[in-house]
Amino acid sequence: MAELTSQSVEGGESPRRRRHWPAELNALIGLVGIALFIEILGWIFVGQSFLLNLARLRIMILQVVVIGIIAVGVTQVIITGGIDLSSGSVVGATAMIAMSFAQAGEIYGEPNTRAVFWELGWVDLPVIVPLAVGLGVGLLAGFINGALIAYTKIPPFIATLGMMVTARGVAKWWTRGEPVSFPTDQFAAIGQGMTPVLIFVAVAALFYLILKFTVYGTHTYAIGSNQDAARMSGINVERHLVLVYSIAGLLSGLAGMVVAARGLTAQAGMGIMYELDAIAMAVIGGVSLAGGRGSIMGATIGMLIFGVIISGFTFLSLDAYYQEMIKGAIIVAAVVLDVWRQKRRAMEG
Amino acid sequence: MSDVILKTEDLTKHYGGVQALEGADFELRDGEHVAIVGDNGAGKSTFVRQITGVEQRTRGRIWFDGEQVEFDGPLDAREAGIETVFQNLALADELDVPSNLFLGREKVKFRLGPFSILDRRAMRQDTEEGLRRTGVKIPKLDNAIRHMSGGQRQCVAIARSASFASRLIIMDEPTAALGVQETAQVEGIIRNLKERRVPLILVSHNLRQVFDLVDRIIVFRRGLLVADLNAAEVDGNEVVKHITGVANQDATATFA
Ligand SMILES: Nc1ncnc2c1ncn2[C@@H]1O[C@H](COP(=O)(O)OP(=O)(O)OP(=O)(O)O)[C@@H](O)[C@H]1O
Ligand SMILES: [Mg+2]
Repeated sequence: MAELTSQSVEGGESPRRRRHWPAELNALIGLVGIALFIEILGWIFVGQSFLLNLARLRIMILQVVVIGIIAVGVTQVIITGGIDLSSGSVVGATAMIAMSFAQAGEIYGEPNTRAVFWELGWVDLPVIVPLAVGLGVGLLAGFINGALIAYTKIPPFIATLGMMVTARGVAKWWTRGEPVSFPTDQFAAIGQGMTPVLIFVAVAALFYLILKFTVYGTHTYAIGSNQDAARMSGINVERHLVLVYSIAGLLSGLAGMVVAARGLTAQAGMGIMYELDAIAMAVIGGVSLAGGRGSIMGATIGMLIFGVIISGFTFLSLDAYYQEMIKGAIIVAAVVLDVWRQKRRAMEG
Repeated sequence: MSDVILKTEDLTKHYGGVQALEGADFELRDGEHVAIVGDNGAGKSTFVRQITGVEQRTRGRIWFDGEQVEFDGPLDAREAGIETVFQNLALADELDVPSNLFLGREKVKFRLGPFSILDRRAMRQDTEEGLRRTGVKIPKLDNAIRHMSGGQRQCVAIARSASFASRLIIMDEPTAALGVQETAQVEGIIRNLKERRVPLILVSHNLRQVFDLVDRIIVFRRGLLVADLNAAEVDGNEVVKHITGVANQDATATFA
């Protein structure tokens, strides 16, 4: 009797069974398609290969990995059903603050009288100091975001918008708008050569594994999937959100230091609009703004799509204005696609 | 006294001006299956939410397992051994079956705070074992719940409660959205619980089901617990009278 019922339930399922077509696969097909498209255009209009050019690929990847580091954090925030608009400003604030602790005491044999903390009898600090300070600044910004969202129930959009303005203010206030330059060699090394790529790969791999194999990952998806269910299952939703936003802030801080080290200088305006690019990378890679769905793998593919498009435009000598406009259109298209997917799912569900 | 597993006294819940539940005195003995029936808005779900700590009651006292209890949240109730299948399913659609079964109490290979490493194999094995024991058959455990039919999802929710419940299971309209066969499967699970002598509170609108499954029927009307009936001694018409209020006068007489 019991056998019979189970079988009929099982049998009734087969017509409902749908293809499993992960969003990451769509993104991957998109990546390959766009790359091949630019490749063909290249042969027609430029007379050379787009992809078979190591120098170009190297520049391309270096252009996107900094925002990619941010996207790893933002992806987790979006999976919980939230959003983080403060990433770009946190990059600016961290770049300024960390750099001021990383300034060389001597330049060309002369004392660096323009260092921010010159009056304190400045000498080179070990690189761990600016690193810790930078990560600390990012972590603090993320913690405040998370605490506001989790405990005051301010919508993530508003809370992180506040942090976006505040952190930018901090970046400007830190040196009254002056750029900060002359990092120690050790600090500069963070941004040189392919180190930013290595940092991205390490961060992406770490959080890929964490999301897949730890309790943290399950709870992140559960909260984005059904916050009430997560709460009723005994997950401390508030504490978890604080953790997720803190990690996003930490990664923005890391990205800020990489940008500063790479450019050998920090400016208060650094990282403007990075938050949108990071969100776009995630969404293009199949991370759903509705929460509960998406992966670091997808965001990484989204990042590569971004890189291919930007570097493809330069390769095809497309005007920079068009680049901006098309980038904007792609972001909107990705969100429209996500909304459309949600609707279709709701109808099927 | 000794075998009373759950007892409420003067249990009351007001939502602003709405008296959703008023002075409910209730007792459940070990191994007993009790149904709660009543019209829409009678206060059945409200009663369940006060017992399970989902909401904080306005007034009244609750004893569980011989001790007076204060559940600050559903987790407290769960830790005490009460598992609940809520009217709106408490499942995470994007997670697979084992993750849902173990949500909030994951098995881990080694502890690292929130970053503890999941023991997916153990959870999968226990899921298979739990589903087998409760008689639930689900074809693909690794699929996200989203890909499943309403009946299968309901079975997952019930299997989750049935596998973990040590002292008491509460189900709020578990078959309301199910087809005939799926309903039969859920009823199978409930019979299975009866054999295992796990006490049950079943909220249901389906009188046929109630008479088939339970020992005792409690009727709520407009926030009041109006009748406590022995399922073997009454018929459907009498229960309906209590639900609609036609039997208002003799309802008090049937109090046990
Ligand atoms: N959170 C709330 N805020 C205000 N009023 C509420 C709330 N929850 C329930 N109520 C009211 O309390 C009363 C009892 O609701 P309850 O959900 O307990 O009914 P029920 O017996 O479970 O009905 P149903 O059979 O439809 O599930 C209703 O009048 C309802 O409108
Ligand atoms: Mg109800």
